[in-house]
Amino acid sequence: MSKKLVIVGNGMAPGRMLEYLFEADRDAYEVTIFNAEPRVNYNRLMLSPVLSGEKSYEDIITHGDAWYAEHNVTLHKGAKVTKIDRDAKTVTSEAGITASYDKLVIATGSSPFIIPIPGHNLNGVMVYRDLDDVEGMLNAAKGGGRAIVIGGGLLGLEAAAGLKEQGMDVTVLHLMPTLMERQMDEASGHLLKQAIQARGIDVLTEANSKAIIEKDGRVGGIELEDGTVIEASIVVMAVGIRPAMGLAKEIGIECNRGVLVDDQMVTSDPDVYALGECAEHRGLCYGLVAPLYEMGKVLADHLLQGNTEYHGSVTATKLKVTGIDLYSAGDFAEGEDREEIVLRDATAGVYKRLVLKDEKIIGAVLYGETADGPWFFDMLKKGTDVSEMRETLIFGPAFQGGAPLDPMEAVAALPDDAEICGCNGICKSTITNSITELGLTSLDEVRAHTKASASCGTCSNLVGNLLQLTLGDSYNPDAVTPVCGCTDHGHEVVRQAIKQKRLKTIPEVLQALEWKSSTGCAKCRPALNYYLVAEWPGEYEDDYQSRFINERVHANIQKDGTYSVVPRMWGGVTNAAELRAIADVVDKFDIPSVKMTGGQRIDLLGIQKEDLLGVWEDLGKVGFVSGQAYAKGLRTVKTCVGSDWCRFGTQDSTGLGIKIEKFTWGAWTPAKLKLAVSGCPRNCSEATCKDIGIICVQAGYEIHFGGAAGLDIKGTEVLGLVETEEAVMEHVVALIQLYREEGHYLERIYKWCKRRGFDTIRTLIMEDGDLRKALYERFVYSQKFAQVDPWSERVSGKDKHEFNPMAVLEREAAE
Amino acid sequence: MNITAEIWTKIGSISDIPQRGARRVKYGAVVIAIFRTFDDRIFALEDVCTNCDGPISQGIVGDASVACPICNWEISLETGEAMGADVGQVATYPVRLEGGILQISLSPAAKAA
Repeated sequence: MSKKLVIVGNGMAPGRMLEYLFEADRDAYEVTIFNAEPRVNYNRLMLSPVLSGEKSYEDIITHGDAWYAEHNVTLHKGAKVTKIDRDAKTVTSEAGITASYDKLVIATGSSPFIIPIPGHNLNGVMVYRDLDDVEGMLNAAKGGGRAIVIGGGLLGLEAAAGLKEQGMDVTVLHLMPTLMERQMDEASGHLLKQAIQARGIDVLTEANSKAIIEKDGRVGGIELEDGTVIEASIVVMAVGIRPAMGLAKEIGIECNRGVLVDDQMVTSDPDVYALGECAEHRGLCYGLVAPLYEMGKVLADHLLQGNTEYHGSVTATKLKVTGIDLYSAGDFAEGEDREEIVLRDATAGVYKRLVLKDEKIIGAVLYGETADGPWFFDMLKKGTDVSEMRETLIFGPAFQGGAPLDPMEAVAALPDDAEICGCNGICKSTITNSITELGLTSLDEVRAHTKASASCGTCSNLVGNLLQLTLGDSYNPDAVTPVCGCTDHGHEVVRQAIKQKRLKTIPEVLQALEWKSSTGCAKCRPALNYYLVAEWPGEYEDDYQSRFINERVHANIQKDGTYSVVPRMWGGVTNAAELRAIADVVDKFDIPSVKMTGGQRIDLLGIQKEDLLGVWEDLGKVGFVSGQAYAKGLRTVKTCVGSDWCRFGTQDSTGLGIKIEKFTWGAWTPAKLKLAVSGCPRNCSEATCKDIGIICVQAGYEIHFGGAAGLDIKGTEVLGLVETEEAVMEHVVALIQLYREEGHYLERIYKWCKRRGFDTIRTLIMEDGDLRKALYERFVYSQKFAQVDPWSERVSGKDKHEFNPMAVLEREAAE
Repeated sequence: MNITAEIWTKIGSISDIPQRGARRVKYGAVVIAIFRTFDDRIFALEDVCTNCDGPISQGIVGDASVACPICNWEISLETGEAMGADVGQVATYPVRLEGGILQISLSPAAKAA
């Protein structure tokens, strides 16, 4: 029977430890994790890109729910551990969940330090540590105003840059005379300060905060020791972290600055381990990811009776602020036994400093040009004697062999055991071997197989260079996925060509873009047909032979070759006459199955193709039109009963939903399009997981977009708040039109938003009134040609050949 | 031994089938799909996908192939065989064009595996 392993904490250190453990032996332990955060495991290093809007939470997930299920790990989310009984060997959470263990791992990480000045617990004082903090900051940023960041270290500067990106005014307060004084000397600190100020961020050094000022029950500003007062709507404290060892202390495990561990991560209790930022090893606590991963590797090995040891780490850091290159590694305090080599190029904004001891590099700071960082770091870790190259050392590897090296040659010149990915401890040969042995061809594949560049991502260029080096010309970093096997062009190029070269038929597109097949295939033709319909409304004649069968016969093909029919029920509202007509049709055509859909309509399943026209004719008599439940186009607008009936309803959500559906039905879109309108924030029509959703509130209408509840699950993001139904219509329609014009065929709205950027789209629709009106007009024009009921058209004779056999031969005829 | 003279049966005119499209011919319980390519070549295959039994007459027609509407396998119109990495055979029937009139021979040329 496998042993029970309980882990308290679900950060990056235990996450990686489990990967090592499962890789070696999937069944050795039955694992239970208690996570105080209500989430799966994500890459904390990437919080800064999330704050600045370059990435989303989904982008930085390392282990999704599926991973836990696949590895049989029980993950208690939002479960803070409050009790550990070392005698009974049990762990209990606040809510009373208890798990027993054979081995326990404490991986509680660290907590941000809060300066206990007056006002520190006011609403609006934040720290920068987890995703909740980032969300808090993003929310605060929506209100605009000024943010004060206390702390001019790595984290503080990344927070400041992110908040600035989000549109806030930002002031950084730093107690010391120069920024990042632990990693940088005075000169480079000064260059950094200039670069930060050039981004429009105010920097005050030697600024000692005295009190946080209250205004209307929350943060109003800050007062400094010298009496200066700065108004602000939020204060972010980024002044350092403390190992979170409260739990370990409480149960009598030996602690100092952190939880004390030996070289195998064992605490004073042989069945209890500590891992990550909460641990203290040989007098040091680490806050960077590389050492934590190394610890994870050692612990995984130890749990499987191995005997590798952890001997501490030398670390290198990079500042993740776009446009500022900063690299620092090792120790650069001044001392009598130390020498330094400094290179300054003020005009180019370059500063490099190496600290040497006994002819070996012990510290390196690079500012403005950091490409040589890994080369210096490699020598630092190996303790290479540099006396031979001292004269030219600071100029980097380019000057050691004579001719200067381009980046590619520099990578080629690195020794096989040179570390490429510092976060994950991946060396050059591990990457190149994986590329050749596993046949990897892209950065993503290298990330998936080796983890190189999968954490902070700053070594992506190096890994890219290695791919190029190993694969030669067959590696194309800008490779786009072609539309299909008939062409090398991606969707973007095709759409551009249709517009710019004014291509107006499928054969013209195939000709102009040198398609490899004569007539296209089942993958590209529907895409081309859509692009042409969307680009040339009124001019392009729809090519039915390029549509999937469902869109050709206006019903949904089922696995047995029969069809299902869904009549449109505007906003999900019906009446007795309609229901009676449906009942009659079911009886008359012997329809085997009648079912409610998720979009508030009725699905008639199992209809023979030859019966479709008859079914539609009967349904059409009471006014039914096609519900287009088969279309890459508008499907449904789901509604709740709203202010007509509901005691909570704030607006007429049903009426609004019907108006939207009547306005937008018939429009072809890149992929299916589902909308919903809820009459109040209780959200009974589930608008927040739709492609576009509207939540009615007292003040008007909150428009949401980019949700998903299918293959992926994703809540919507807010587009904006508008006051009238007319404004809802204009914004929603403009959004749909933008999606029609930009989306790749079969790309749902949420994927398009992810590719294009939620913020970009939000700004275009909410802030550019002229663009919004133009989009609206273009949609209205194209609807003139789109809003024709396909059922009545076919009942009156169109595409007759689709519905009847060409010939019916008697079995005897040929015999 | 199975010696039969080929008997051609008239099924309609070429203009009954859209280019890059198909029509069905019912022959007792058997359904035969008659395909017309972009360059007016005519093929007859049993209307049953070798993989999923789906009605291939309803698929999108490529140069000389059809994509099954249910499982998306690509079937060669020329041989009835599954294309790419897939393996399978759909029964095919000889067809000919006599003065704009389509004729079919109802003994399969290739039988489904």
